[in-house]
This record gives sequence, C-alpha cells and structure tokens, in this order.
Amino acid sequence: MTLTAPAGKAAARRRPSAARRAWRTVSPYAYLAPFFTLFAAFGLFPLLYTAFVSLYRVELQTPGDMEWRGFGNYAALFTDEFFWISLRNTFTIGVLSTVPQLVMALGLAHLLNYRLRGRTFFRTAMLLPYATSVAAATLVFAQLFGRDFGLVNYALGLVGIDPVDWQTNTVASQIAVSTIVIWRWTGYNALIYLAGMQSIPSELYEAAEMDGASRWRQFFHVTLPGLRPTIVFTAVVSTIGATQLFGEPLLFEGSVSGGISHQYQTLGLYMYEQGWGFFHLGRAAAIAWVMFLLILVLVGVNALIVRRRSRKEAGR
Amino acid sequence: MTARRAGRTLHGGRVAYAILVVAVLVSAFPFYWTVVAASRSNADLAKVPPSLLPGPNLMRNFEAVMEEADIGKALVNSLIVSGSITVGTVLCCTLAGFAFAKLRFRGRGALLAVTVGTMMIPPQLGVIPLFMLIAELEWVNQLQSVILPGLVSAFGVFFMRQFLVQALPDELIEAARVDGASSARIFWSIVVPIARPGMAVLGLLTFMAAWNDFFWPIVALSSQNPTVQVALRQLGGGYVNDQSVIMAGTLLGTLPVLLVFGLLGRQIVGGIMQGAVKG
Repeated sequence: MTLTAPAGKAAARRRPSAARRAWRTVSPYAYLAPFFTLFAAFGLFPLLYTAFVSLYRVELQTPGDMEWRGFGNYAALFTDEFFWISLRNTFTIGVLSTVPQLVMALGLAHLLNYRLRGRTFFRTAMLLPYATSVAAATLVFAQLFGRDFGLVNYALGLVGIDPVDWQTNTVASQIAVSTIVIWRWTGYNALIYLAGMQSIPSELYEAAEMDGASRWRQFFHVTLPGLRPTIVFTAVVSTIGATQLFGEPLLFEGSVSGGISHQYQTLGLYMYEQGWGFFHLGRAAAIAWVMFLLILVLVGVNALIVRRRSRKEAGR
Repeated sequence: MTARRAGRTLHGGRVAYAILVVAVLVSAFPFYWTVVAASRSNADLAKVPPSLLPGPNLMRNFEAVMEEADIGKALVNSLIVSGSITVGTVLCCTLAGFAFAKLRFRGRGALLAVTVGTMMIPPQLGVIPLFMLIAELEWVNQLQSVILPGLVSAFGVFFMRQFLVQALPDELIEAARVDGASSARIFWSIVVPIARPGMAVLGLLTFMAAWNDFFWPIVALSSQNPTVQVALRQLGGGYVNDQSVIMAGTLLGTLPVLLVFGLLGRQIVGGIMQGAVKG
C-alpha cells in the first residue's frame, strides 16, 4: 500500500498542486504504516502461522527444522489424557471464576452508582487488584492458601472448619485458582458495569419510581435490560480470558503440570508444558489452534444466547 | 454535580456503605498481607496464630531477594521495556487512530475491520511462531524481543480513533490545509495537542499492561535478563524456599505500578470507564 509513495513524489517535482493532491491520497497510508507493519509482523503473522506450524514436528532447540506431520499433532493431542483433563479444568475453572466475578461486579456497580461520599475513593480502591500482575497476585494468594500455615485455613479454623488442602484436592485447588481471578477482575468489571449504568437515561428510573417500583424491581426491570450490551461485552471478554488462563495455575505451586495429578492444569498451561517443558513446539501450536477454535465456539454460543433472549423479549 | 446526569442519583444507605467497605478491604488485604509477610521472617510466617502486623525484617528480605533473583536488574529492565512500549504504542496508535478517524482513503473500512476483529484474539495464541521468529533473529533473552511485539495494540488504535472522532473537529484540519500546512505539521501542531488527554490515558493503561504482561516475557526472556514478572516466576518456581523473601520480591515488583496507580488512579478509572462506553 505504501508502494505508491515514490510515484507521488515524482509527480511533486512536475506539478506542485497535483503533488499535493497525490500526497493527500497517499499520506493516510503513511500514518497507518508504523502500526500495520508491526501488526503484520508481530500480530497477524504469528496468529496465522500457528495453524501452519501445528502441522509440523518442530522442536524447541531447533525451531528452524520442520518436519511434515499432517494432523499427527492433533491426533496425539486427542489421545493424550492430560489434554482432556486440562480442557475440563479450563471449563470448570472458567465457570468458577467468571460467574461469581460478574455477578459480584454487577452488585458492586449497582452500589457504586448510588450517590456516595468518597465515590472516587471507592472506585479507585476497587480497581487496585487490577493494577497488580498475575505473578504478584498469585504468589500472595499461594501463600494465603498454604495448607499448613496459610491464613485462609487459619481463618477457617477459627470458625471450626478443618484445614482444607488447597493444593492436592481437585475442587479446592480450582476454587483457590479461581479466587485469584475473581479478586483481580471483579473491580474492573464493576467499573465497566458502572459506566454502562450511567448511560441509562434517568427518566426511565423516574418513570419506574412513579409506577411505584421498588429499588429492587428497578434494578431488574430498568438496570439489567439497559445493561445488556455491557453484560455481553464483559461475558465475552471474561470467557476469552478464562480460555487462556495461564499465570495463576502456573505460579500457584510453580509447576508446569498444574498440580501433582494435573488437577488444575489449564489449556494455556498445557500448551506451555508441551512447548517449553517438553520442547514440542508443533504440538503446542496445535493446542493454540484448538484454543482459538474453542474461543470462536464460545463467543458464537454467547451471541446465540443473546439473540435468542432478545427475540424472546421482543415477542413478549 | 449540579448538572443533571444520566443514571441514578439515589443516596446510598448504610448497607451500601458497609458492603462497599468490605469490598475495599478484600481488595486491599492481599497488599497489606504482602507488606506483613515481606517484613517478617520465614519462621514468623509458620507460627500459629499468625502475626498480622508488619515486622522488622523488611530491609533484610529486600537484600536477600536482590541477591537471589536479581530484582534490581529486573526493575530496570521492566522500566525500559514498559517505557519503550508505552511511548511507541501511544505514537503508533495516535497516528493510525487519526487516519482512521479523520482521513478518507481506499480500504479504510477493511483495515479498520481487521484491526477491530483481531482485538479480541488473545496474542497468547501466536506465541509459537513468534518464538520461532525471535529465535531466527537471535533475539531470545534480549529486551527488543518483548518490546517490539508489545507495540502492537489494536485496542489502542481503536481507542485513539474513538477519541479523535469526537475531540477533533473536521473544520480545524480543513482550515490548516487551506493555510497550506503540511500533513506532518497538521499532525504535530493540531492533532497531537487535541489528542493529548486520550494519549495520556492510553499511555497509563499501556504502561500497566506492559509492566504486568506475563506469558510472552517468560517465553522470550530468562532469569539472566529478566523483567520483573520473569523474576517473580523464578521466585515462585521453587528456587527460593523462604516465603518472606518471595513476598519481598513481590512487593518490590508491585511497588512501581502501585505508585503510578496511587498518583493517577483517578485517570485510570476514568480511562477504563470511558473505554467501556466507547468499546
């Protein structure tokens, strides 16, 4: 697209006014060039090339040597027990982290939308976890969830609950990992919902009030419908985030297998284990491609649900 | 706040405040606990009941973690990486965002659609070819391997486009053109001053995201030339058994972003809410 630039310059020497016109048609591409050059090299190319690599045997130490395998990487994947375990874990951790996160965010946003003293303080404090890195948050939570000396088990002990093994127990470890995700993202989503709530016209609330609707009913009949696009947006973003969950399960105990019996290994971690633990880059690429398809399916399902729900409502 | 706002303006009751205060405490507690754990000894952390107040060992643990995980070098590297990514991203995105917002050209719709369409695709899915690329270029363990891919921000382009569509009047550009200003001049003396608030917000969000980025840096770099996140991964990887030292590293690695957040939290909140409405 920038190939036309020299021609534009040549014209400049002959006729200044034509040159200006020529430059005007070319210059937009000059503005785009830095972004799209980087985008093509480090964004688009790797994404597309992943599909290609997934059909080859490529080893980490010799990434230049590629040996054709066809769908061999995928076949190996589908017969590997740990692939299915990590797929299941990705799904269960995804539900465990996304659903409570979005529900709580919705509740908090509702409260933040009241007229409050110290609103800026509340909003900023709510966003504090978002400022921490996955690594930092996970290291702290791994400590809090320690089996023997963790604060969580200590607190549970105070109310008479026996210590929970947050590492080896499958359900407990997945809850612990999900807690980290919930902690980091609830405030962020609350602010997104709050922004959505503030764009709902206040006349709607006034009308509801005149009809004698309680605050609770207003929330269900004015706020929620008005927030639908925002809810869809956050659901999609969280689903994508959950599909590629990686740092939390990696650093929870520091092992690439996601626990002794892979009890909380996610697809993202499984991909890393195959690529950088076992040096099978081709196989890791196949996993990446499976994750991509999974995301497409999940986003598609999301869109279907939304469309069906709005159709139902329109018919009401 | 005398002007009528959209949305609800009911006063919050006691219950609302109580719940919000609890939420703030839950948000803040892990930070407090990091300080407590980082200032104690490993033996203190294994005590029952646990000590809930900061102890005297902060400096000693800082020194230990500097030695064991080279957090000092990691901080400098993270500053270089995040700083470069921030400056480069803001510049690229403002240029492209301006073109998409205000210029007419062939392929505009298609290019914008590609940009927005890939916004949702996690870059994590492209790490294998990206790794092969930097291995080919012999960039493994060098900072540019993290900086250059970090400059690609489809979100940033979209964000700056949305900002400039509203903030920059067409007449201003037309007038400058009539006066015979060159394209470069129009960009630097008209677009950039108007885009500045948007650039600042994008810069803040980019800096935090770059500082906290995890997957790609641990693939591209190693403990010999780490960023903060790479060093933290090493700390959590079982080489260091002293929990209080690990927490000291976590604290050091988080402080810079917390500082940014403390100074500019309000703008970050504003930026996220703004992006939500527009996005």
